[in-house]
Amino acid sequence: MITVSNLSKTYNAGPVLSIENLDIPKGQSFGLVGNNGAGKTTFFSLLLDLIQPTTGFIKSKDIQVNESEDWKPFTSAYIDETFLIGYLTPEEYFYFIGELRGQNKADVDALLKQFEDFFHGEILNQKKYLRDLSKGNQKKVGIIGALIGNPEVIILDEPFANLDPTTQIRLKQIIKHLAGQQGVTVLVSSHDLMHVTEVSERIVVLEKGEIIKDLATSAATLKELEAHFAGE
Amino acid sequence: MVFGALWMIASFLLLGFGVYFIIEEQLKMEPFQVVNQVLIYYMGFDLVFRYFLQKMPVMNIKPLMYLPIKRKAIVNFAIGKTMISFFNILHAFFFIPFSIVLIMEGFPVLQVLAWNLAILGWIYCNNFINIFVNNKDVAFFVVIGFIVAMIGLQYYGVFDITQFTYPIFNSFYAIPYLAFIPIILAVVFYRMAFTFFKNNLYLDSGLSVKHDIAETQDYSWLNRFGSMSTFLKNDIKLLRRNKRSKTTLLISVLFIFYGLLFFTGSVEAYDGPFWRVFAGIFISGGFLFTFGQFVPSWDSAYYPLMMSQNIRYKEYIASKWYLMVIATIVSTIISVFYLYWGWQAYAAVVVGAIYNIGVNSHLVLWGGAYIKTPIDLTTSKKAFGDKQAFNAKTLLLTIPKLLLPMAIYAAGHFTLGEVFGFALVAIAGLAGFLFKNKVFDIIEKVYKSEKYKTLAAYKQNN
Repeated sequence: MITVSNLSKTYNAGPVLSIENLDIPKGQSFGLVGNNGAGKTTFFSLLLDLIQPTTGFIKSKDIQVNESEDWKPFTSAYIDETFLIGYLTPEEYFYFIGELRGQNKADVDALLKQFEDFFHGEILNQKKYLRDLSKGNQKKVGIIGALIGNPEVIILDEPFANLDPTTQIRLKQIIKHLAGQQGVTVLVSSHDLMHVTEVSERIVVLEKGEIIKDLATSAATLKELEAHFAGE
Repeated sequence: MVFGALWMIASFLLLGFGVYFIIEEQLKMEPFQVVNQVLIYYMGFDLVFRYFLQKMPVMNIKPLMYLPIKRKAIVNFAIGKTMISFFNILHAFFFIPFSIVLIMEGFPVLQVLAWNLAILGWIYCNNFINIFVNNKDVAFFVVIGFIVAMIGLQYYGVFDITQFTYPIFNSFYAIPYLAFIPIILAVVFYRMAFTFFKNNLYLDSGLSVKHDIAETQDYSWLNRFGSMSTFLKNDIKLLRRNKRSKTTLLISVLFIFYGLLFFTGSVEAYDGPFWRVFAGIFISGGFLFTFGQFVPSWDSAYYPLMMSQNIRYKEYIASKWYLMVIATIVSTIISVFYLYWGWQAYAAVVVGAIYNIGVNSHLVLWGGAYIKTPIDLTTSKKAFGDKQAFNAKTLLLTIPKLLLPMAIYAAGHFTLGEVFGFALVAIAGLAGFLFKNKVFDIIEKVYKSEKYKTLAAYKQNN
């Protein structure tokens, strides 16, 4: 589904990302871990064509993302609050995204209905604009917004941060379901090793912009990751 | 911003030195008396401008709360910071030169100084009043309403408030020790502001951020515009729900009245016939200019979202374009009162509107595509002039926006007369329509080629 070739990104201060080869097959739930500055958000931004690669390219479903925009209809993402429109209510935001992705109101409503327990009664019909929601609730809106319109690739940057424990558990179920049942390719980054090992079939560790581990998740993965980040 | 401030200082200085002689020679009136009469309005407008522009330091003191600093010191610091603000110092540039002129004209030094002291007191009273009323729209509209009502009543000779306020301001000069009254009042206000702040220096009271109660609007009637309606609905919400955009709307209403300077003949420099077209362009195009020059910056806060969605750029641009067209038409309809100053006045507005819609709307959007100043929708304080709004490209674009229609009109006016002049401008506007799709194509290309730069620039302030 996603193919990375000779990808690198260099700023004046030096290289921030350098990935020679990476293939993510369709329907894989893919986890990206690494310390601050490892290049996780840079990679996602390149994948969404929000920044330009210095060398190399990313192909999504054989479409080179920085040359054609045809990957947009089947890709969705929630990176940070710049993916939210502060002056809309959550409902209006969902409908707006829905309209952009060719979904009518009924489609969006049907989708939202599935996630009522994820929202925990704090999102819909609250008479609040997104800018006035707490960080955690904003994140819930952004994540569900990224599920609208049957995307085939979903990119979530740090989805577990700021969420309360109940929502974290529900989000894990959602991600597993998307990849396992619906064949959606889900890319997740996280600082929380436990969460990411639980939802991802495959985990890639980035360090200073380079892939230093590429693991198929097993019972031993968490231990291995913990040992790695403890510096052993 | 710096440019604006320097300009204000320069004008206040000039006015301070010149106003005495202007009133004496042009109006043949007693200058000091006139100034004292007008002072009540001066103070009123001062409050209005402060409300719009003066930044309150309240939000910046949050980080101080966790540090080992006494609460008293924090409050004094916050209020003290407002006291040395530009909005207080600016007035010195008017009143000090004015007083120098007064003294040179033989007014007694001590009395002039006392009068100055009193003014200083009033200015600071305004400063503290603004602290109390900041972000309370009701208070603002009361002040504006009061000023407008008083000016209206005075203009039609019903009631002249200056008859009552003139003796008050004059008394500080006539009886110098009275000047202590406004000073004492200012000190009292300071104490009030101090206690008010100190009692509210908690995250959940004074420092809490007010949340609006969201109202949902459907605007499904806009669906007739097809897929463009997605953006149109959003743009209308953007305009209605954000402070910054509301200020822009207000400014564009003020533009409608800008023409009064031209058509009432109150400013001599504007008497040349081609200035009519200049006025017409501004009257009908206030919104077009103030809103249009910042497309796509209005969406800067969520530009990454827009850029990763499957957006039809044409529809995105068209939505903004329709908003500008609608606003221009509405402004033109409201401006019908210019007929009072002759058909030429309103004809200038109408052809100005045609030129705005046909030519300027495209130019403004085109120029906006190069402006990469992120807009903070939640504050109105920067609505007047971001420094990046004045770059070389936008300046260059004012030539076809303003000078060209004036030149076109002049060409017609001085050959076959004013009707021909108006007709030429209108034809130029209609001709602009032909290029609509072409220009939209160009703008789309600019959006695409500047995409990464724009995203990076918007990120700076977000």
